[in-house]
Amino acid sequence: MSEAVKTQPTIGDRLVHKAFPPISRHTLALYCGASGDHNPIHVDLDFAKAAGYPDVFTHGMLVMAYLGQALTDAVPPPRLRSFSTRFVAITQLGARLTCEGHVSEFVEHDGEPCAKLALTTKDENGDLKLSGEALIAL
Amino acid sequence: MIDPSIIGRSLSPVTAHVEPGRLRYFRETLGETNPVYVDAGAAQASGYAATPVPPTYLFCLEMMDAEQAFEFITVIGVDIGRLLHGEQRFTYRAPVVVGDTLLFEPRIVSAADKKGGAMTLVGIETKVTNQNGTHVADCARTVVVLNPKTA
Repeated sequence: MSEAVKTQPTIGDRLVHKAFPPISRHTLALYCGASGDHNPIHVDLDFAKAAGYPDVFTHGMLVMAYLGQALTDAVPPPRLRSFSTRFVAITQLGARLTCEGHVSEFVEHDGEPCAKLALTTKDENGDLKLSGEALIAL
Repeated sequence: MIDPSIIGRSLSPVTAHVEPGRLRYFRETLGETNPVYVDAGAAQASGYAATPVPPTYLFCLEMMDAEQAFEFITVIGVDIGRLLHGEQRFTYRAPVVVGDTLLFEPRIVSAADKKGGAMTLVGIETKVTNQNGTHVADCARTVVVLNPKTA
């Protein structure tokens, strides 16, 4: 459990920060099976090329799963009320992703004091891949 | 581009089982080591009845146990190679743990052309209830359909 959320955080605090290993074809193949998302565009190079892409690319939900992992490393899972992302750009093979989350706002949700976290996932070039938000009970 | 009459249409409900072996495969794929998700004792110490699922796993359960994982593609009538995931949201209302049986009830809630018809955004919302009838979560996704250029 994170010390950061046991005490009252302040706006701008970076509660979430985690880096992940490069995304390999093997990771995409495993995630295809593990997630039930069998869309061939993520694992079959011939299919991806026929659809107009230079190569296979990462499942958006794999990137969101990494962001979720970074989030629950920092925030006790029972406190998570909502988690959302916008998939800003395709995440290429080999990308080394870093996930971050900063406290953006304090709100009341269903009578419960909560903090909003502004979340991002960027690759090794600093390019934004996912932009998201989480609501956590304080 | 897409028939607006699909808005409001329900897709086939999906009954999904939170199985420990499949969940372990998901965790190992992602390198998940958080004790809450790995160790049933740690999960119970955090107040869970059993090992909970990570935040995005609901999306996987719905696809894994669907008879047609891409039913919505048939309904909206596009090729799978023209789809991208635009947005995803989860609202958590009650814990989901190993051993649960969940009912997913997806519904198409919106369909709108963007960028002069170059793309269509389709919204799908899914209510999730467990074996006790408890409303445990809501999932919402926006799918981006890249439309072929009309010459």
